[in-house]
Amino acid sequence: MTETDIEPTATVDARGAACPGPLMDLIGEIRNVDTGAVVCLLSDNEQSLSDVPEWAEEAGNELLAVEEVDDHHAFYVEKA
Amino acid sequence: MTEHVVIVGGGTGGSVLANDLADQLGAEIDAGDVRVTLINDCPDHVYKPVWLYVPFGKREPSDARRPLDELVDDRIDLQINRVTDIDTDEETLRLQDGRDVVEYDHLVLATGSTLAADEIPGLAEGGHDYYSESGATELREELLSFTEGHLVLSVVGSPHMCPAAPLEFVFMADDWLRERGLREDVEITYTYPIQRVHGNPHIAEWARPIMDERDIAVETFFNAEEVDPEEDVVRSMEGTEIDYDLLVGIPPHRGIDMIADAGLGDRGWVDVDKHTLEAEAADNVYALGDTAATGVPKAGSVAHYQAGIVAQRIASEIRGYPATATYDGKTLCFIETGMDAASFVEFDYESPPSPAAPSEKLHWSKLAYNESYWLTARGLL
Repeated sequence: MTETDIEPTATVDARGAACPGPLMDLIGEIRNVDTGAVVCLLSDNEQSLSDVPEWAEEAGNELLAVEEVDDHHAFYVEKA
Repeated sequence: MTEHVVIVGGGTGGSVLANDLADQLGAEIDAGDVRVTLINDCPDHVYKPVWLYVPFGKREPSDARRPLDELVDDRIDLQINRVTDIDTDEETLRLQDGRDVVEYDHLVLATGSTLAADEIPGLAEGGHDYYSESGATELREELLSFTEGHLVLSVVGSPHMCPAAPLEFVFMADDWLRERGLREDVEITYTYPIQRVHGNPHIAEWARPIMDERDIAVETFFNAEEVDPEEDVVRSMEGTEIDYDLLVGIPPHRGIDMIADAGLGDRGWVDVDKHTLEAEAADNVYALGDTAATGVPKAGSVAHYQAGIVAQRIASEIRGYPATATYDGKTLCFIETGMDAASFVEFDYESPPSPAAPSEKLHWSKLAYNESYWLTARGLL
């Protein structure tokens, strides 16, 4: 977990969503943005802690940081 | 003063709700104190689960349709029209074929899902689906004459209606092709966007060994990015590609644009309190079924149970009582595991599903419910 000053291109607020909603929301936003853009996913679903890194690696995108904020996590993913 | 309840959408949620309200508020409606209007853009009610059976030649698309006016209580003001605009500040709606605005005191959005195949280049041209009447009919033409090659079922978008239906389709296709002596000539591949074969880990854990036993190939982390109908190839965001001879795609789903335009939620799904089903962004607005972003499956059973909750809450509000009924996430689902066997799951926000052992009894239970569904739509079952 890191404190980050990354400025995301887009933010997806999936707090409250059940699995696999947060990951699917992230994938949907990654579809919409250009290569090099950074998408920030906000999720309070614990499963995201494994889902997001696994998918990012599989898809070749880079998980720049995971930040713990109050009751949720912020995942910063750069589109390859 | 007459209180006006307006329900937009005459699918499972809207129809059950209208009939529940007619039942609960019958005296008030008869006295002229309450008016309930159901607005639907088509004169028919459509029961979509029938479409799963159409490609296999087991049901006709017409089996899924009944006129709404035969299903909805006579005390409901049924209007066949399309709502084009919602103003939650003024508490009004505009209709496509109406010069006047419709004022509401209580609004329920039950507008359901629409398919958005156009979000994936080539999917509409190269793929088939059974999530629409026309798609199921066209897929039947393809499947009935499909005797060899690679059948690929790709779950492209999630959330989508009836999350178990993609599993059901490949299980049924496997069994159906075996019965016809064609299975050795047909390779079946199932793709799913995340790292398992279903969104719910308990259902995924149950389904995966069955797929392995039955030689149904699986590609996980496969998010279709484009379909090339010239080359018969589907390519993923993850950089993989699959050749197909027959592609069955579960297209991305959306709600209707009007909901986003009204500021009620993204992609046409209304942001709601998942227990009360009240819209977060407006007063006196509920959403139910596919339209409500609760995180539970977009399934008929969900719409059915939520309709009962919303009916109780609105009846309480009209009578001046606190609305105490809440939705607990209850979901029921039969899952076909072949042409003559099915499983069953029941779960809610707190309790995960535990799929029942597949049996012929559960298969017949599913078919029996599909027949008796019309009693549900009438508010009787």
